[in-house]
Amino acid sequence: MLFITQTALELGFMYALVSMALFLSYRVLDIADLTTDGAFVLGMAVSVSLAAAGHPFLAIPAAMAAGACAGFVTAFLQTRMGVPSILAGIITNTGLYTVNLMAMGWSSNVNLLKQQTIFTIFKKTGIGGDWYEFILAAVVTVLAGIFIIWFLRTRLGLSIRATGDNRDMVRASSINPAVTVTVGLCIANALTALSGAVVGQLQKSADINGGTGIVVVGLACLIIGETVVGRGTVRRGVVAVVVGSVIYRFIYAVVLKTKVVPIECLKLMTAIIVALAIAAPSLRAWAALKRRKLAARQKGGR
Amino acid sequence: MLKITNISKTFNPGTVNEKKALSGLSLHLAPGDFVTIVGSNGAGKSTLFNAVAGSFYVDEGSIQLGGKDITFDQEYRRSRYIGRLFQDPLRGTAPHMTIEENLSLAYLRTSKGAAPFSCISKKDKALFREKLSLLDMGLENRMSQPVGLLSGGQRQALTLLMATIVPPRLLLLDEHTAALDPATAEKVLNLTKEIVAENKITCMMVTHNMNQALTVGNRTLMMADGSIVLDISGEERKGMTVEDLLHRFRVGAGYELDNDRILLSE
Repeated sequence: MLFITQTALELGFMYALVSMALFLSYRVLDIADLTTDGAFVLGMAVSVSLAAAGHPFLAIPAAMAAGACAGFVTAFLQTRMGVPSILAGIITNTGLYTVNLMAMGWSSNVNLLKQQTIFTIFKKTGIGGDWYEFILAAVVTVLAGIFIIWFLRTRLGLSIRATGDNRDMVRASSINPAVTVTVGLCIANALTALSGAVVGQLQKSADINGGTGIVVVGLACLIIGETVVGRGTVRRGVVAVVVGSVIYRFIYAVVLKTKVVPIECLKLMTAIIVALAIAAPSLRAWAALKRRKLAARQKGGR
Repeated sequence: MLKITNISKTFNPGTVNEKKALSGLSLHLAPGDFVTIVGSNGAGKSTLFNAVAGSFYVDEGSIQLGGKDITFDQEYRRSRYIGRLFQDPLRGTAPHMTIEENLSLAYLRTSKGAAPFSCISKKDKALFREKLSLLDMGLENRMSQPVGLLSGGQRQALTLLMATIVPPRLLLLDEHTAALDPATAEKVLNLTKEIVAENKITCMMVTHNMNQALTVGNRTLMMADGSIVLDISGEERKGMTVEDLLHRFRVGAGYELDNDRILLSE
């Protein structure tokens, strides 16, 4: 049980960055950004390749910069070239496959054998004992969360929030929505890449298929979190993605450990969890209406 | 202040839906002019506003504001000098952001090039509170509530405040009180008059209320078929009645003024 909790917390915090990115693009900017899968692997590839070359620390900002570039391409396609936003993400994502292979030296995976990672270096400090992986992951995620909360309060951040809320009004406030969308997507994909970078160094490997379906999982975590924590302010949203991500990884770890579901069925299980999580608000509304109808009937209204 | 020279705009050119929305329209506004605009359905009133605000580029002609040619400036650039209110009170504010946040966005226009990473300061908040109290709607005590909770009238008053918190060179009011109940509409209109007079803002207001068209501001324009058919100001305007205005329109445009909302309003 302790092991499950530990794993869930570690992975939950690390993958929470993906959900945080989706919070920024999907909730704040109101854009379904499908660059996510590719950007995650890009972060992983850059991070692990650089760690393999002996630069585990440089690997993190480099991965984020690479993610921001991917976000820029998607934003450029949709704001300047008139490509519909979902398609823009898919196009970038497709192109990233090749870029990711290139980042891993034209091989489909890279492994770290004896090279140092931020985790092995942190382990040597002795902080946190057995929990060192979790602590490092949590520090990264909390810092990113604080950054997002602060950033969305600045003038630029407010402009980005308004862009997703009422684009007419943004134009009337002398803000160029093309700029706010671009900045927003750059930051979102930098966060996704950061997640990939941290996960890659923890696993000591990067795989070209490591990001498949991560956008759906991230979205599920976002929605689970919002169901539990609620929606509203930016701070609440950022807390929600972390909570949602930990809950998701906890369920995942329990399933994996107890094998209540055969391993072969795991993908189907994930899909069902995701579908239920995303359907939850509708299901609740449906149940509330049923209750309301039942109550009306009992009153003898009709 | 505003100098529109011979602008034309045709929508869907070369198709069966071709519509000449503006045809060779010219208009010159002096600084401080407050112009009311009336006209039939589809006369081009909103199209004129869209052309001035930059929602599209005109096919021909030029637009100058304060001596600067803005014909090919993008909409968001023009909005640094041009404030605009729409009929729909929901268009001017971001519903999921607080009153304070909405105002600080509008306030961005002053801080041209100011630090994009600065937050709302205490000084800004004090200014917003003071401005909100002028609306006399109690909004100054609800500054951290989302705008989505406000009524239509409150949102339109807030939009008015946002459009004028940094006095624009030109204010475009596109039937901005038409969707409000009569009492609120009057309040918003009075606020408009006060703010415009106080800041000496050059202003254009589309209205369907013929009385308003003659009593508000200092000049009345009537539009038909994408051009201005009547331009009345000064002494001539003072003695004018609604009947005179309708008669003059018939003479100018060659047909009766038909605007369903004019017929419906008193």
